[in-house]
Amino acid sequence: MTLTVNTAAALALGDDALVLSHRLGEWAGHAPVLEEEVALANIALDLLGQARVLLSMAGDEDELAYLREERAFRNLQLVEQPNGDFAHTIARQLYFSTYQRLLYAHLASGDGEFAPLAAKAVKEVAYHQDHAEQWTLRLGDGTDESRARMNVAVQALWRFTGEMFQPLDGVDVDWDAMQTAWLESVGDVLRRATLTVPEGPRTGAWTAGAGRQGLHTESFGRMLAEMQHLHRSHPGASW
Amino acid sequence: MVTATALEEELRRLAGSVLDPELPVLTLEDLGVLRAVHVRAEDSVEVELTPTYTGCPAVEAMSMDIERVLHEHGVREVSVVTVLSPAWSTDDISDEGRRKLREFGIAPPRGNRPAGPVSLDLGPTRTATDGPELEPVRCPSCGSAETELLSRFSSTACKALRRCLSCREPFDHFKEL
Repeated sequence: MTLTVNTAAALALGDDALVLSHRLGEWAGHAPVLEEEVALANIALDLLGQARVLLSMAGDEDELAYLREERAFRNLQLVEQPNGDFAHTIARQLYFSTYQRLLYAHLASGDGEFAPLAAKAVKEVAYHQDHAEQWTLRLGDGTDESRARMNVAVQALWRFTGEMFQPLDGVDVDWDAMQTAWLESVGDVLRRATLTVPEGPRTGAWTAGAGRQGLHTESFGRMLAEMQHLHRSHPGASW
Repeated sequence: MVTATALEEELRRLAGSVLDPELPVLTLEDLGVLRAVHVRAEDSVEVELTPTYTGCPAVEAMSMDIERVLHEHGVREVSVVTVLSPAWSTDDISDEGRRKLREFGIAPPRGNRPAGPVSLDLGPTRTATDGPELEPVRCPSCGSAETELLSRFSSTACKALRRCLSCREPFDHFKEL
């Protein structure tokens, strides 16, 4: 399948939203408190709405979501990482929502084909980032246990964050400037949360980052199996 | 610029009278999500609807209700299209809509402020203050300005969960977007 440039970009951004939406949905029935379960489900719903718009720009949303193989997905490896403990989920949210807010704010200010969606979604993502930031502060500056877990989580996911700033064909952004803004914003939150700002590598060998090329981490296949099995087992089923 | 015909205005009034499926005290007109009604040909009408949130599942129910109401009015072909731009804002909710929300027990969004989350000081378990520059969210039951945030997300993405510190009643707040 040959994709035009903008279709490829819609697919990449749509897959980010779809995959993270599914991961957050896995918290339903397991979140630490009811309010948090509702919050994560609402964030997942926002992301699913974005995914539907973006995947529809790239083709048939259901076919793209349910009938592609693992290697055809173009999402960042960050968003497919397992939920882990609550600290891992919050670290993933902090990293991704900060990236998405910066990216969408930029796209919303232009007049490209992503501008209408970005202008709408950036307002929703601002609440996602606020949610992640407040939890990072509370867990980091909390008990010894919550602080230790949050430190482990921000370190563990750090190597997945360089990939976010690989240039994406069809998206006209100053990626270096965006990365600088991201490092500043995330670093500020981590310092205020009295957490250690990770210093490990974010690009190059020993880091992650080929999701945009269709290479994914081990747990992604299992996630897709769960996400797709109903549609594949009962083609065309509806209610 | 094409001006709406009398028929379009009448159809718009009908479509606008449809109730929001999740907040059944508000009409689509109150909510500000009905963008336009165009008569395309004899018996064929296109309605432009904008979602409150990108993933709002109520849009499908709204579309079906609009189709039903216009069919009942004799329009044979109705198509409801979703438009994203310009993005919907809580400032699009009418004064009438705000009054109805309050009566329904939901604190309406505050107007005339930049959209987005409000920075808050973090207390030991939850947050009570909203910063000095903003008017307080008032309890829809007793009107007290002393209320605290329990969760940034509530029964739907568009609401936050708060509690009144005066009458202790928990309530939803339609948060600013």
